[in-house]
Amino acid sequence: MPRIGVFICWCGTNIAGTVEIEQVVNAARSFPGVVYAGDYRYLCSEVGQKLIKDTIKKENLERVVVGTCSPRMHEVTFRKAVAEAGLNPYLLEVANLREHCSWVHKDPAEATPKAIALVRAAVSKASLDEPLTALMLDVEKRALVIGGGIAGIQAALDIADSGYTVDLVEKEPSIGGRMAQLEKTFPTLDCAACILTPKMVEVAQHPNINLLTYSEVEAVSGFVGQFDVRIRSRARSIDPSKCTGCGICYEKCPAKVPSEFDMELGKRKVIYVPFPQAVPNIPVIDRENCLYFKRGRCRICEKECPAEAIDFEQQDEIIERRYGVILVATGFDSMDLTGYGEYGYGQHPDVLSALQFERLFNASGPTAGQVVRLSNGRPPQRVVFIQCVGSRDIARGQNYCSKICCMFTSKQAILLKEKLPETEAYIFYIDLRTAGKGYEEFQRRAAEEYGVIYLRGSVGKVFPEGERLLVRGVDSLSGRPLEIEADLVVLAAASVPRRDAPELARLMSINSDRYNFFDEAHPKLRPVETHTAGIFIAGACQAPKDIPEAVAQAGAAAAKAVTLLSKEKLQSEACVAKVDPARCSGCLHCEAVCPYGAIAATETEERVRGELLTRTVAEVNPALCQGCGCCTMTCRSGSVTLQGYTDEQMLAEVDALCLQR
Amino acid sequence: MHYRYFPGCTLKTQAKEMEDTALAAASALGIELQELPEWQCCGAVFPLSDDELITLLSPVRTLAAAGGEPLVSLCAACHHVLKRAQEVIKRNPDTREKVTDFLEVDYAGEGRVLHFLEVLRDDLGFDRLKEQVSHPLAGRKIAAYYGCLLLRPAKEMQFDDPENPTIMEDLLRSLGAEVVSTAYRTECCGAYLSVTEEKVATATAEKIVHSARRAGAEALITACPLCRYNLENIGGPALPVYYFSELLAEALGVAALKEVARG
Amino acid sequence: MIFSESYHRFIDELKKNTGQDPNQCYQCAKCSAGCPVVAAMDLLPHQVIRYLQLGLLGELEESRTPWICASCFTCAARCPRDLDLARLMEGVRLAVLRLREGNRLSPADLELTPEQLEKLPAQALVSSFRKYAK
Ligand SMILES: Cc1cc2nc3c(=O)[nH]c(=O)nc-3n(C[C@H](O)[C@H](O)[C@H](O)COP(=O)(O)OP(=O)(O)OC[C@H]3O[C@@H](n4cnc5c(N)ncnc54)[C@H](O)[C@@H]3O)c2cc1C
Ligand code: SF4
Ligand code: SF4
Repeated sequence: MPRIGVFICWCGTNIAGTVEIEQVVNAARSFPGVVYAGDYRYLCSEVGQKLIKDTIKKENLERVVVGTCSPRMHEVTFRKAVAEAGLNPYLLEVANLREHCSWVHKDPAEATPKAIALVRAAVSKASLDEPLTALMLDVEKRALVIGGGIAGIQAALDIADSGYTVDLVEKEPSIGGRMAQLEKTFPTLDCAACILTPKMVEVAQHPNINLLTYSEVEAVSGFVGQFDVRIRSRARSIDPSKCTGCGICYEKCPAKVPSEFDMELGKRKVIYVPFPQAVPNIPVIDRENCLYFKRGRCRICEKECPAEAIDFEQQDEIIERRYGVILVATGFDSMDLTGYGEYGYGQHPDVLSALQFERLFNASGPTAGQVVRLSNGRPPQRVVFIQCVGSRDIARGQNYCSKICCMFTSKQAILLKEKLPETEAYIFYIDLRTAGKGYEEFQRRAAEEYGVIYLRGSVGKVFPEGERLLVRGVDSLSGRPLEIEADLVVLAAASVPRRDAPELARLMSINSDRYNFFDEAHPKLRPVETHTAGIFIAGACQAPKDIPEAVAQAGAAAAKAVTLLSKEKLQSEACVAKVDPARCSGCLHCEAVCPYGAIAATETEERVRGELLTRTVAEVNPALCQGCGCCTMTCRSGSVTLQGYTDEQMLAEVDALCLQR
Repeated sequence: MHYRYFPGCTLKTQAKEMEDTALAAASALGIELQELPEWQCCGAVFPLSDDELITLLSPVRTLAAAGGEPLVSLCAACHHVLKRAQEVIKRNPDTREKVTDFLEVDYAGEGRVLHFLEVLRDDLGFDRLKEQVSHPLAGRKIAAYYGCLLLRPAKEMQFDDPENPTIMEDLLRSLGAEVVSTAYRTECCGAYLSVTEEKVATATAEKIVHSARRAGAEALITACPLCRYNLENIGGPALPVYYFSELLAEALGVAALKEVARG
Repeated sequence: MIFSESYHRFIDELKKNTGQDPNQCYQCAKCSAGCPVVAAMDLLPHQVIRYLQLGLLGELEESRTPWICASCFTCAARCPRDLDLARLMEGVRLAVLRLREGNRLSPADLELTPEQLEKLPAQALVSSFRKYAK
């Protein structure tokens, strides 16, 4: 039996207020193996740690049990203290006397016996603790950023400026994301392109950034410091080394399809760059719609291209590379509004989503910057904006508030008033949420200087009546039903995750929330990390957010990424699973359940009646294993154990708890 | 195609022409509608409060009488009550026990509950219907009026898209008519407010009819006798209102049969 | 006292019978915006819910609104909080009928001409007596 020391913390009055510390210490002295038991007001303080270290030496302790707060808070602190005293840090056990005991009880008569039981369990487990060692792993000094919106752009620039090489993978033919689709930006009304394009150009020119557009991540394996990633760079059908970006090809191309960039309002050619300031300024051929690829005839672009850059035979390129860290910034979509039939979206040309309306202002947009009704090409005299379409709607939409709509609706109303001062703008809102620097002032300007009319309430239905749209709503403040004859209706559609977000989450083994936004590791303290070490998130893929927030988060995520990249070696998890090959039957059920891909089949040799046989068994890669323990529960022969949490240790704890009652 | 058929009170009185034409059309289409014996009122309104068990009795008795066979009605209100009563029986074992014990019937929510329009769309198919049309309604500009009870609540009625339904327009097209779309086709007609608040009902009905007129409709169709009553009782210029079944019978060339049946 | 014990009893009963919790409403007024008969109401539909939230039951008892409501379910079809206001209206109607132990409508009240009565579908009469009398 090893020599065990027990230290009980008061945590001020947090524990001592409900648990009779003295009784716990006295009880601990009687537990098998315990040679020392003591207490202290704040064990996590310098003095408290010193008490532990000194006692380890003085009493020749071989195992240490602390009765403190949750191991999530201070396990690391105490492991370090134990290690400094010369013990293996994994010979420490934490009994959680605060979150599991004092905080959930009021009566010391209940809390104290429970605390004693928890300490007894920890002591039983500690007596079976074995020293463990973590691996030291190499770090590949290269970062992968997925998604080239403003968040991905900012993160890539920050990492690259720190001296590390970055691959920036963007699905579309150009970087820029949603911000490139915007006209001006709240709350300062600076032109989106004017502040975005310099950053896009910087990405293109940065010596440390390797830009992969029209590309997607197909597979991710490995672990922090050593992610192995397969990227498919789709064939552009253009030789980038020859293309001069002159644009003759898309001038001449005879085939047109709805433009994704213009939210299907306008058309684009089949060979195209999505917008004039695209980076890179190299067209792509959309093979699905190309006449040559569809019907085997056309090749007009090839004939017209003065640089002979068109290459119909070009193949997708597969890039396989190792990265130390991955940063995901894949942004958001605007919710599909076909479920809101009462507004007539998709049925009437003058009912638009906010992103569509934004495109009307843009000089290179579907109306060349003219704000007009799509039904008749005339400028609107009255525009009704409806907020919260799909947001805060538990019946047909998303439960959450999309956060940006109050502001962008006010912005669009101002832009409208600047362009068409005589046009009336009405905004139906449920609540106005303008928390942010300069935001409230911005909204007030819309109402006071620009004369935008804010109506607190909702719209029941939009009735197409003759040439116009009859908007029937209510102003709840005056308690009046309203009927407004409008020319355009603009719907502030909820922000939702990209459609392929669940797939990407699966590829990366990162968590998503119930809406499919990527989950941060801790909502307050680890906002840009994911639960998978070495993978970070930034921008609207985590939750709806505006540009300032997306940029700030991108900077934070880049800093975290750089912190990892700057390390020579990384320490792996020490409490990892281990397979006993002699017992393993090779069924590989564990491989199927492991969420980290840490288990693989391997061959083992054994001598059976003098004959050397090979058979398949499971093997754990300790660098990948995160110690979750799923495999141990799946294994029918009981041949996988989680070190630090062996069956014997867990049963010893249970026995100790049962003994109490 | 064999169905049990529940007419409901109004179809035997003020809305006789709906029943006559529907039955004539059904038999021309090979759809057999076998009237339930000794049926009684559907209940007229679906009880919206769970302690109103009495109002559930008559629809559940009707449902049980169908013996699990598909049960068809023509009146939108009857269909609404029957369909939702069935949902309650399916969803709420407590209520089911109370109601079926009282009625001394054995019913657990089995059998399809259908509106005749659904039979035409889902079981017969509008394509097949179209083939049987002998007197297409060419050049007739008709607007469909749905009202409330067929569509809402969509989760329970499962009839069509509650905001942008198409079933009646699809029917009209297969009969060869020209469909006029009106913005008010899913708005309430005023329902039984015509009994207590006539002005309110008239106002809602007027909006519907006038919008249809402005859109160029020459007539409206409906599947509900009360809707028809309200739509016809408005101030100002009115539009003819037909039951969908009247136009159906006409297009199938069985209008004469109606005369016969009516004697 | 708005939130008296009898208020809580009333609300609990209402919740049980209608399956709807008025506190789920965030007063967007979408119900009122779509209600086809709102023009004739003294309280707008969303205000009915507000009054329920605030316990202004006396005012609700006096209101015309629950009797104007046509149970068309338009509000319920669009409520972003997934509330079935038509059910709550029914709950209020029943509560008033039971409280007053009298009917809202009796055959003597009918102001219909004989021709109207002739044409009026039976379902209208049955429905209104079911709604307005117990
Ligand atoms: C109508 C409207 C108006 C707005 N106006 C303003 C405003 O005035 N001011 C303001 O601050 N904010 C505004 N916003 C918000 C702004 O658009 C966002 O804050 C910003 O775009 C978020 O940037 P992001 O990089 O996180 O995401 P995104 O802009 O969505 O960029 C994500 C990028 O990742 C790419 N991507 C997606 N999936 C993959 C994948 N699997 N692989 C590779 N690449 C992928 C996308 O193609 C895209 O380029 C507005 C939003 C809307 C809808
Ligand atoms: S629509 Fe729903 S949430 Fe909005 S006010 Fe009416 S009941 Fe409340
Ligand atoms: S159910 Fe009643 S409150 Fe709701 S929209 Fe219809 S009439 Fe108005």
